[in-house]
Amino acid sequence: MTKDECKNVVLEIIADIAPDEDLSNVKPDVRLRDQMQLDSMDFLDIVMELRKRHGIEVPESEYMQLASLDSCAEYLTPKFNALAAKS
Amino acid sequence: MKQSQQSRIVITGVGLTAPNGNSLPEFRQNLLNGVAGVERIEVRYMGTQLAGVCHFDPLKYQKKKEVRVGTRAGSISIYCAREALADSGVSFETLPKDRIGIYVGCTEHGNVETENEIYNISKFNYDTKFWSHYHNPRTVANNPAGEASLNLGITGPAYTIGAACAAGNLGLIHASQMLRLGEVDFAVCGGISESIHTFGIFAGFKSQNALATHEDPKQASRPFDMARNGIVIAEGGCLYTLERLEDAQARGAKIYAEISGYHVNSDASDYVLPNPVRQAECVRAALRRGGFEAQDIHIVNTHATATPLGDIQECEAIRAVFGTGCPDTYINNTKSYIGHAMGAAGALELAGNLPSFDDLIVHPTINVDDLDPQCALPGLVLNQPRKVAKVDTILNNSFGMLGINSALIVRRFVP
Repeated sequence: MTKDECKNVVLEIIADIAPDEDLSNVKPDVRLRDQMQLDSMDFLDIVMELRKRHGIEVPESEYMQLASLDSCAEYLTPKFNALAAKS
Repeated sequence: MKQSQQSRIVITGVGLTAPNGNSLPEFRQNLLNGVAGVERIEVRYMGTQLAGVCHFDPLKYQKKKEVRVGTRAGSISIYCAREALADSGVSFETLPKDRIGIYVGCTEHGNVETENEIYNISKFNYDTKFWSHYHNPRTVANNPAGEASLNLGITGPAYTIGAACAAGNLGLIHASQMLRLGEVDFAVCGGISESIHTFGIFAGFKSQNALATHEDPKQASRPFDMARNGIVIAEGGCLYTLERLEDAQARGAKIYAEISGYHVNSDASDYVLPNPVRQAECVRAALRRGGFEAQDIHIVNTHATATPLGDIQECEAIRAVFGTGCPDTYINNTKSYIGHAMGAAGALELAGNLPSFDDLIVHPTINVDDLDPQCALPGLVLNQPRKVAKVDTILNNSFGMLGINSALIVRRFVP
């Protein structure tokens, strides 16, 4: 999985948990909370959907890695690739 | 603010969603035209069942995210509260939000959301790490009122009143009391139900042999008919705006009716079987509080749910109070159109009768092809609306499991 593909996976999840948001122009380097209405429960949703849909676990101490699309891609892409290598 | 225990309390707005209408005019028209709102739905684990389903648009007043995060009960509350406020004509922006109370009756809350989560984790080998972090805010008992307070920015007291199927009446009664006590200056109150989304209620009634079946969904709910065989479960909601009379008059509000008598008591005799002696006591106490004799009541809305025994017992209670000496008392039933909307039932049924103050028409009980002789009350309005000479008072009966009884009397407003 490339980092761009990873960003798309995250955006697909955000589209479901924040259905009122326009996601056509999300800035990858800006904190997600600073450009759309996301609260702490929504971030728990992102964590839950990564677990449910993709088997990815994000420990609470690493939640800050999900702050922006860029940081999501940096943090999650190796996890996706590690999972793919296992299967 | 001038409140006292003698303050007159009036209804100034109505917001509702029923299986056969999403506004009072639409609901009323369908009650007069004999239009039922029961249909077939798929219920988890149980297959096709009959139910009263509401078709309002939640997105009229909620964002998609609110609908996703919240509950069906919350959506129903928000829709009804917003509709009632709009109908009241009050300038909502100018009302002090900490002086508004929200009092929502419900039969139960949390079954739907808990069943959904158990079903969800069943897809993950019952691993609870897949259990939603929204479970608790969705299932707390105050959820339906709390979601309305969030949506409307109301900061006064907002909570639910759990009173089984008497809850709709209790929402109105409690709001009247809070207005009289001066706890709030404006109330949004009534009852709601999301019950058709829990298989447990269907399965419970089925195990109790109290779930209606019929080849034609629209004929399935048939109180007082010999062929009745149980309850059609429905969802719905009806919330009212209530104000002290002087406040309503000061702003020139339209007044639907005045709350003029009520009572709540308990059977203390059985988990599910009604008790006609206590029901009659409840109605008599409501009459006394309002200063009425039985013959002063012009419309009696029955609670009857179309169970074989329950209908007979309510008729026994009504017969004990009204006897044969009340020629101007007419009796009807709304569940024959929409099924049993549980915590919303009392509030919806009252709403359906309110327009009778203006048009002097009593909507009928439909689906009575063969009247059970034990339910043959004088004044029962069957299958066709009846134009009557006078409608100044409505008695609204609502009873519930664990033996809770409520009787609410409203009267035509006379300054």
